[in-house]
Amino acid sequence: MLEIEIDGKAVTVEDGSTVMDAANKAGVYIPHFCYHKKLSIAANCRMCLVQVEKAPKPLPACATPVTGGMKVWTRSEQAIKAQKGVMEFLLINHPLDCPICDQGGECQLQDLAVGYGASQSRYQEEKRVVFNKNLGPLVTTDMTRCINCTRCVRFTQEIAGEMELGQAFRGEHAEIMPFIEKTVDSELSGNIIDLCPVGALTSKPFRFAARTWELARRKSVSPHDSLGANLIVQVKHDEVKRVLPLENEAINECWLSDKDRFSYEGLNSEERLTRPMIKCDGQWREVDWQEALEFAANGLRSVLTDHGGEALGVLGSPHSTVEELYLLQKLARGLECENVDFRLRQADFRTDTLRPGAPWLGMPIAEVGDLDQLLVIGSFLRKDTPLLAQRVRQAAKRGLTVSVVHPVADDWLLPVRNRATVAPSAMPAFLREVVFALAELKNDKVSAELELNAPEAISDVAHNIASALAGAANAAVWLGNLAVQHARSTDLQLLAQEICRLSGARMGYVGEAANSVGGYLAGAVPGIDGLNAFRMINQPRHGYLLLNAEADRDFADSHAAQRALETARFVVALSSFGSANLAQLADVLLPISPFTETSGTFVNCEGKAQSFVAVAKPRGDTRPGWKVLRVLGNLLAVDGFDFNDSESVLRAALADGYESRLNNRLAARPVVNLSIESALERVADVPIHFADPLVRRAGSLQRSRDARAPVAMAHSQTLAGLGIASGSRVRLSQSDAAVELEVIADDTVAPNCVRVAAAHAATANLGAMSGPISMERV
Amino acid sequence: MDTTKEQAMLSQEALQQIDREVAKYPAGRQQSAVMAALRIAQVEKGWLSRETIAYVAEYLDMPAVAAYEVASFYNMYDLEPVGRHKITVCTNLPCALSGGVHAADYLKEKLGIGFNETTADGKYTLKEGECMGACGDAPVLLVNNHHMCSWMTKEKIDQMLADLESK
Repeated sequence: MLEIEIDGKAVTVEDGSTVMDAANKAGVYIPHFCYHKKLSIAANCRMCLVQVEKAPKPLPACATPVTGGMKVWTRSEQAIKAQKGVMEFLLINHPLDCPICDQGGECQLQDLAVGYGASQSRYQEEKRVVFNKNLGPLVTTDMTRCINCTRCVRFTQEIAGEMELGQAFRGEHAEIMPFIEKTVDSELSGNIIDLCPVGALTSKPFRFAARTWELARRKSVSPHDSLGANLIVQVKHDEVKRVLPLENEAINECWLSDKDRFSYEGLNSEERLTRPMIKCDGQWREVDWQEALEFAANGLRSVLTDHGGEALGVLGSPHSTVEELYLLQKLARGLECENVDFRLRQADFRTDTLRPGAPWLGMPIAEVGDLDQLLVIGSFLRKDTPLLAQRVRQAAKRGLTVSVVHPVADDWLLPVRNRATVAPSAMPAFLREVVFALAELKNDKVSAELELNAPEAISDVAHNIASALAGAANAAVWLGNLAVQHARSTDLQLLAQEICRLSGARMGYVGEAANSVGGYLAGAVPGIDGLNAFRMINQPRHGYLLLNAEADRDFADSHAAQRALETARFVVALSSFGSANLAQLADVLLPISPFTETSGTFVNCEGKAQSFVAVAKPRGDTRPGWKVLRVLGNLLAVDGFDFNDSESVLRAALADGYESRLNNRLAARPVVNLSIESALERVADVPIHFADPLVRRAGSLQRSRDARAPVAMAHSQTLAGLGIASGSRVRLSQSDAAVELEVIADDTVAPNCVRVAAAHAATANLGAMSGPISMERV
Repeated sequence: MDTTKEQAMLSQEALQQIDREVAKYPAGRQQSAVMAALRIAQVEKGWLSRETIAYVAEYLDMPAVAAYEVASFYNMYDLEPVGRHKITVCTNLPCALSGGVHAADYLKEKLGIGFNETTADGKYTLKEGECMGACGDAPVLLVNNHHMCSWMTKEKIDQMLADLESK
């Protein structure tokens, strides 16, 4: 520890701290532009010059290490003179266009110019002009305003993991640019808008939409991935104009993924449902709430009278709130229906009888940084949870070793030490190898059920993964979305549990959606005699109640889901959005509020319940989902539906200290079905900007590179074996479901697999996300 | 492989030279050889197209934009095609005091081009250079980045051009 004095205040700081760190600790503000606590030190803006005792000239606070007994003055004559001098130079080439600049009012340069700038410029010569760059649909540029702090460059390099921006040329000609004619395509790109201290990089969707001082700032929680990023939602006249990160070091730090940041555009989409609608004789009619709710209640009642509770299927999206899912399952159970589920993309539910608790990450998000070994099984981690991948990326820099078992070798922009790229059906057999290798290293026994089933040989990769885990002090094994959606997910989970037992690693589930943990806690899972989501679709019901779910996009088998709803007698859909598909399948559309217009709670992957309140008035006749469900419960005369506010629903849902219900334990040992599929297998990712109804309608995100229409991808050997050339059009079919797509050769896909994304219109008519598929040239 | 990428590829010989440069740095730090690699690529291709820069970056396993940062920072890398002979005249102060500017003017007049221009026949490109570290020899100029010419009076410039003409 070192003792130093800043502006006369004594502070004790750790060795290796900079003057800037010490000043922050002492609560002394030093003006700066290029310094950012999460980025490396560049010391190129020179705004943080301070006076240091015995130093012959001012020193940059951000890059000057503290030494014992140092005396620093940040506001002395010398320091102020240096800071004013720097400011004069920064303003030489900066345009005087604050009145038309989107950064106006929230601009560091503007703020500091008030304190350090002269009221008039002495510079009479020509100012430089820098041409704007096209960085894609999310970030707009006014490069003449750039002060070359390089925060954006360092962000892409250090946090996003791929250097997509650079500073080309030099001296007065230096400019920030992507490599020629490229755009910034990172799933974290929006953060460079926040980082830019001037108006050079601003939000394209927000451009000229409002001034920062006209906007109300309200806290909220992201409804998308399982991280539960904290948001500041900015609202003007009850319309969401912009979303910014709310700093929370334990969850999203100061970042947001682009999905969290720009999905708000979907809130204002033309497909928003604003009036309750019922279908009479095949014609849609707008009605008032009373009529719509009675129509819905009567329809459900008639199914119940004719066929009983088990004839009903109740399906909610994992992007719904705890309150909504709790009332949904309560309603179902009140109607003597145990068929209720929120795990719409899951196919294997054998763990339901083995699982005493709610599966979660198994550790706080903040502790990811302390891991030294991580095995990720079946995950599109970077696109599924961009900020969790970012944490892993930072941890990897500090020495975390990452191993991946997955059917595709996607680039996560972080070093992966051991990688097993195997077909989905071969994953259990591969994990068995890891189990046996671990048992040997640890001098332990594998479970009796497995012992009979020893692998003939253990591959080098399996051996490397086992020895990495065996020697680790702080290891984790994560099951990603593909592992959970896998047709033999139970085998993977039990093997992962065995790996954790042998190695001492913590087991965790990454989680698919904002409320993947909360759905379990709310009890939105089938009872013992009930049908799970997959069965409800494959054994069609007479009636369905849908919450926030779209049949063509949100299910493990979208073809079967559409067919089941089509043949059903009565379908009630509670949704924020209408679509042609929903209009065709449903009989009643009840417009419910998206997350910005209702109060609610999401439980994120680390098991933290985060409640939020509405930030805007419900649009049109929209009502919060929990209120609609409450009234439905009352109309159907179900007991216990007299909640006055969402807090009392939450109290009922998460009553008895819910943290103790977070539990990844499975009460079984692995009995592994080791058969490896000989047919071609489908590998389905859920593309980042198609995962839920809201983001699918966010216009700018839909124009980004991540939202390109999917093509089929297969290993070049697989294509050669089938005699199909890369780039040709193929017909992909799964039993009676089929679509036509272009196929391209991609050697990151495991042999004998075809990667075909789910959740997209182009693949909505395909069958199960996991399982056999056939491909032939058209 | 598409044609632009094919055109950006370097010969085996050039790649061997780059490998030699890479070997000078610790394993995994091949990126340190970027300046040498760009130089070798420029000698082979005459100038550094975007595709060539991207190819070199890929070869050194570094982001293309980082290689572009280097290529655009140093003025001896040519990001635009140049003539067969690139003449770079120093116009920094010591040269300027000893006739550097006049040497440049004379070249402009003789070749009929200005700075950063190439003659119609594609033979000569004229560039304005920075100090070449030989102020005692002023005025100096550099031919094709490698050949330094000292005390460039009009007569010597005529002779130099005559020599280049015959090459």
